[in-house]
Amino acid sequence: MARYVANRLAQAIMLLVIVSAIGFAILHLAPGGPLSQFAASAQMTQEDLDRVTKQLGLDRPLPIQYLDWFGRMLKGDWGRSYRDGEAVLSVISSHLGATLELMATATIIAVLLGCWIGVLGALRRYSLFDTLATVGAMIALSIPTFWFGLVTIYIFSVKLGWLPAGNRETVGDGSFLDLLHHLIAPALVLALVETAMWGRFMRSSMLEVIHQDYIRTARAKGMPEWRILTVHALRNALLPMITVAGLQFPTLLGGALVAETVFTWPGMGRLFLDSIGYRDYPVVMGILMFSATMVLIGSLLADIFYAVVDPRIRVG
Amino acid sequence: MTSAVLSTDQLAPGQAAWRRFRRHRLALAGAVIILILVLGSALGPYLLPFDDTYIDIMKRFAPPLSGAHILGTDELGRDVLARLMMGGRVSLSIGIVAMVIAMAVGIAVGAFAGFYGGVVGAVLMRLVDAVLCFPTIFLLLALAALTEPGLVTTTVLIAATAWMAVARVVEAQVRSLREREFAVAALAFGSSNLRIMFRELVPNAIAPIVVAATLNVAKAILLESYVSYLGYGIQPPAASWGNMLNNAQIYLTSAPWLAIAPGLAITLAVTSFNFLGDGLRDALDPRMNIP
Repeated sequence: MARYVANRLAQAIMLLVIVSAIGFAILHLAPGGPLSQFAASAQMTQEDLDRVTKQLGLDRPLPIQYLDWFGRMLKGDWGRSYRDGEAVLSVISSHLGATLELMATATIIAVLLGCWIGVLGALRRYSLFDTLATVGAMIALSIPTFWFGLVTIYIFSVKLGWLPAGNRETVGDGSFLDLLHHLIAPALVLALVETAMWGRFMRSSMLEVIHQDYIRTARAKGMPEWRILTVHALRNALLPMITVAGLQFPTLLGGALVAETVFTWPGMGRLFLDSIGYRDYPVVMGILMFSATMVLIGSLLADIFYAVVDPRIRVG
Repeated sequence: MTSAVLSTDQLAPGQAAWRRFRRHRLALAGAVIILILVLGSALGPYLLPFDDTYIDIMKRFAPPLSGAHILGTDELGRDVLARLMMGGRVSLSIGIVAMVIAMAVGIAVGAFAGFYGGVVGAVLMRLVDAVLCFPTIFLLLALAALTEPGLVTTTVLIAATAWMAVARVVEAQVRSLREREFAVAALAFGSSNLRIMFRELVPNAIAPIVVAATLNVAKAILLESYVSYLGYGIQPPAASWGNMLNNAQIYLTSAPWLAIAPGLAITLAVTSFNFLGDGLRDALDPRMNIP
């Protein structure tokens, strides 16, 4: 087990190095490079620019600069926002809570609903329910999330007036019920794609399990059907879902960005778009690196957790 | 009855695949809808008396089916149907061209990684893994913000964020095909590595490549709609399905039709390509035929 974890950890660290190199390359792609903020200002002469370049060490060879930048990233020094001079990491962390709240709610909805649809579809394969669920999942995966958000706002906010059209809370209220009221629409919109994915994976995982020998054995022993399903089939069918959770993480993060934009949700995705609008490159790059690191850690944790609950993985 | 069953076994692979594909009704429907969308976008603007960029401020916010404008007009009095058709040209072209670029890059990277394996393969595939760590929309928006927006940039950037899945598929295929007799025979024949890769191995992996290409078009159309909706893709006055929705949110209360038509067009196109890809997967992969 320790060897498996060490192995997987080494892989993740190597990936992090490549990811950071890509991030560094993109940063230097910015018009004017890391100095774009100063280059755009009319008060800076070429002489000033040259001096700042030297002061910031931007005249050194790129590999040295990269090592320096990577070292500072590891130490938590991610630069400062052009907008208000605040440290990038603290800007990100102040918006992270809202995003995690949205993502967690959507995931809970998607896991419960998706697993239920998937299991039922697998048990009644090719039934009307299964066909509708399969076709519905494909359509759900094809709807642009932001457009589904617009339709939701139109129906439930504009027409019916049941749900607020955006924001995380009513100014001056902010009670638990008020927060919940604001959370429903964006969480459901974000959950749509996730539910479809979970349903599809759960269905195929369940189909694989219920044709296994040990299920037939359990049936032959005369075990009641509900016990076969819950204790034997479901438990094993749920195992690969751990990997799905890891794989789905980037999509979930991307979906959160879109849902936050439509519902003016004050999270990391919205911060990302605002920062792009202000050409606030340190924050843009910070969020890009932060989200990639989150994805990396997510898949690492999923793999380790899978190995903990399923001993067959560790050996291979 | 019996003879019909027997004759299935004697069908050429292509015919058998076509037969399996025909059974997949949703894939057929997808193909028909794609054809209609392509023809409508290509020929429709010639049949319509309105220009997609013609501004008629006196006729702004005309609802659908009121007078000459079938789908109504937008906030500047432009005909929504004309914009939908011109937008279709842009969105569908981006979908297909981005797919072609992504396939070229993905096939090249996958073929090299799968054929050479070892250090070359490991480095290339770790690069694929690393790019996949970035959530696609974040990466696409960051790149779009750093470059000048436009048709070419948007297409290239979408391709740049979509080639990795193809590379994975091709790498796995080439790695397993490389050990097969025909590949070893080609090697013994004295064929060059490049020739074996792209004349022997890649053509034999054509089935998963075609499926990946179809699904890739769906993904590219969806990505175009995201970046253009957020304002970093196709720039007005040119229309695309994504940027038509750009202003729709502001007028959601007063003119909801502005949001409905382009959204339905995107959903229809993406769903059709996804179903088509699904049908092709079933049709081209005989192993799926057993159950």
